[in-house]
Amino acid sequence: MTGDMRQGDALMTLEGLTKAYPGVLANDQVSFSLLPGEVHALLGENGAGKSTLVKMIYGLVKPDAGQMTLNGDDFTPVNPAAARAAGVAMVFQHFSLFDALSVAENIALGMDNPPSTRELASRIREVSQAYGLPLDPDRIVGDLSAGERQRVEIIRCLLQNPKLLIMDEPTSVLTPQEVEILFETLRKLTSEGTSILYISHKLEEIRALCEHATILRHGVVVDTCDPREKSARELAELMVGDKLHVPSRDPAEPGAVALSLSGVSMPSPSEFGTDLRNVSLEVRKGEVLGIGGVAGNGQDELLAVMSGEARAQDGSITLAGEEINTLSPGARRARGLLTAPEERLGHSAAPEMSLIENALLTGSVREKLVDRGFLRWNKTEKFARRIIEAFDVRTPGPDNAAGSLSGGNLQKFVIGREVLQNPDVLVVNQPTWGVDAAAAASIRQSLLDLAHKGAAVIVISQDLDELMEISDRFTALNEGRLARPVPTQGLSVEEIGLMMGGAEDGEVAA
Amino acid sequence: MIRLEKRPQPSKVWGTLTPVLAVIATMIAGGILFWMLGKDPLEAIRTIFWDPLFHETFGPYSRPQLLVKAGPLILIAIGLSLGFRAGIWNIGAEGQYIMGAICGAAVGLAFYPSESILIFPAMVLAGAIGGWAWAMIPGVLKVKFGTNEILVSLMLVYVAENILASVSQGLLKNPDGMGFPGSRNFRDFPAAYNTDLIEGTGMHWGVAAAFIAVILAYILLTRHMLGFQVRLTGEAPRAAKFAGVNPTRLILFCLGTSGALAGLAGLFEVSGPSGQVSIDFNAGYGFTAIIVAFLGRLHPIGILLAGLLMALTYIGGELAQLMLGLPGAAIQMFQGMLMFFLLAMDMLSHYRVRWKTPVAAKEGAK
Repeated sequence: MTGDMRQGDALMTLEGLTKAYPGVLANDQVSFSLLPGEVHALLGENGAGKSTLVKMIYGLVKPDAGQMTLNGDDFTPVNPAAARAAGVAMVFQHFSLFDALSVAENIALGMDNPPSTRELASRIREVSQAYGLPLDPDRIVGDLSAGERQRVEIIRCLLQNPKLLIMDEPTSVLTPQEVEILFETLRKLTSEGTSILYISHKLEEIRALCEHATILRHGVVVDTCDPREKSARELAELMVGDKLHVPSRDPAEPGAVALSLSGVSMPSPSEFGTDLRNVSLEVRKGEVLGIGGVAGNGQDELLAVMSGEARAQDGSITLAGEEINTLSPGARRARGLLTAPEERLGHSAAPEMSLIENALLTGSVREKLVDRGFLRWNKTEKFARRIIEAFDVRTPGPDNAAGSLSGGNLQKFVIGREVLQNPDVLVVNQPTWGVDAAAAASIRQSLLDLAHKGAAVIVISQDLDELMEISDRFTALNEGRLARPVPTQGLSVEEIGLMMGGAEDGEVAA
Repeated sequence: MIRLEKRPQPSKVWGTLTPVLAVIATMIAGGILFWMLGKDPLEAIRTIFWDPLFHETFGPYSRPQLLVKAGPLILIAIGLSLGFRAGIWNIGAEGQYIMGAICGAAVGLAFYPSESILIFPAMVLAGAIGGWAWAMIPGVLKVKFGTNEILVSLMLVYVAENILASVSQGLLKNPDGMGFPGSRNFRDFPAAYNTDLIEGTGMHWGVAAAFIAVILAYILLTRHMLGFQVRLTGEAPRAAKFAGVNPTRLILFCLGTSGALAGLAGLFEVSGPSGQVSIDFNAGYGFTAIIVAFLGRLHPIGILLAGLLMALTYIGGELAQLMLGLPGAAIQMFQGMLMFFLLAMDMLSHYRVRWKTPVAAKEGAK
């Protein structure tokens, strides 16, 4: 095995790491090694065991069996502080920062022995300059962009001079330009001998950055490879363990305008939300409109104003020419506008309720599941079974609670519930977020099929590859403003980045 | 090593088993309490749970009392459970109960000494409206100004108690009562008296209403869209909004219904078992019903059983005070324990208790 050959001069070796949770073996005899100065990708679908593995390395989870070594010595961190002391640092997918504090104060909070504020500030400036990560230590974190917040986390790690830096999905919140800046930093780090364990499901990024990849499937190491020598599709198939179905489409002539928003403005109903500002868009029958953008730029608000959960303060929303801004979600569904919000647990589905009840949740009007106020449970159960069958939802039966399904299966159920109601317009937010590759492919295909049958589809997503794959026209949300939609074909990464509003950041660093 | 593990979905078996376990645990802990008070624990438990139903001497007196006490508890708890399911916390059923009683009784007393058969139905209607209106105060304040319904409904209990004290010494005072506080006794006003439907059973109109409420609530929650919306709002408020549930309507429906049912319970009590509007006719049913609602898992059938059980501890408790000289506070503590153990046992339906080490668990998973 490759792992054995590389073991001699390795920075870290993992040998037979095993961790069981009730009902699932999260990691089963995982072994591999990390060389000094390499970027090592950890690849796998959701639930493959990547998070458990890095949590064991970072001392958050204790392995049931197996050994780790760091620089040839036994490495058994009892907690993250011990891991940090040994030279292991980690940047989490979700940041742990206090909005009200300054950059320096936040960094001091995360350190075991913080130096004085002035000294810390000067060290932050030093590190941020050395690694091309512009960051002012005196700024309040609440005012920073997602990319800048991530820099705070990275600099916090770099101040400890780590030998191993673990990064969990670091680019999911970044614009393409910010990704480039990050990669420059990481390359500089590796040139100085730091190893990086890089977790991502963005295969093109892994091909661009990593020299070595370990692929996990169901908690087992199934393969190792050099990602630069594989295509993204080959990598995906290694992850899934199967031939991957690539969505196919026959571009149809777009028809009449189905849904249009003009000059829609709305203050966010949530305190930390983003207000919508003068949003205009049109989507025609038979086309897919992709809306990109980094999370938190008004995606939830845009969906809410279309679903009827929120009302636009200014502007108008018309469905097939009819003004619908004052209509309730139910009335909009009756007229053919269906939506699927991002958050599955608690928003698009009620986790503790059965799939039958969840089928009723949005299906009551169009599927006629209610008769003079009384519920038609038989018909509802049939509808739930129809969704489960048509969308290959893996569950013991429709009586099971929605929350007991895996993310991918529940998402297939949610999308299936809307698609099977034959909408005229379907709006989905992050349709494949946290969904495994096979399920994601089938969800995308079903959206394309729906558009092909003549429905207008709006896909709001952070996954640019997804939007490039399925949308006819592309636009992006930035701080509640929507760029002018342009045809997807022939769109360059630079143009997309500019639309997402990353231009300023990119220019500063360039 | 004992570890708690979250279940993928709440266990239905434990959900129904925990109230039974809670009752058993209460008996054991209560027994210890009575033993520390120097009483024979077995005798005390028997006096509370067994004698009211089966004792030769007390049984015939206590058995009707069971329905008399359980009726209002069930009626109020059914109403509260709808709101609790939707996350709308009406804590002031006691106030709505009092206001229902006052309004209903006032309508009846206004027509004294008429013998019209319309009087009692009019009182029932007025009782429901009185409770409904009192509950609408926190309801309207909540939907208009976002006030907290817990605080408003609770504080209105004390307002209602003061109104009760005022009217029983003033407006509704018996003109022939020789200056004593309290209204005319409905026992002397047959057209307005809430009599036993079957002689000697304690089965008055309020008990019938409670049974009807159980059935209607069951149908509402399992077969009707409104019941589904109530449950959905409680389980996942955002999903409810997404589904198109109108929160304002739901809040007013839940508070209004629970208020009306509490008002009905008050009217049936004041025109029957209590017999008159007096300063202290309210026996705290409105608060005890909160325990009944949770003890019954907010489920109509569960509430029916819980109401009967709670009534039993009331009657048995009185009997124990009488027979064994147990202090009243000990009985209240005993009832409090029931609530405590129920909430503690709730854990079992959401979590699994594991005795084994994680390694052993792994083999089970393979």
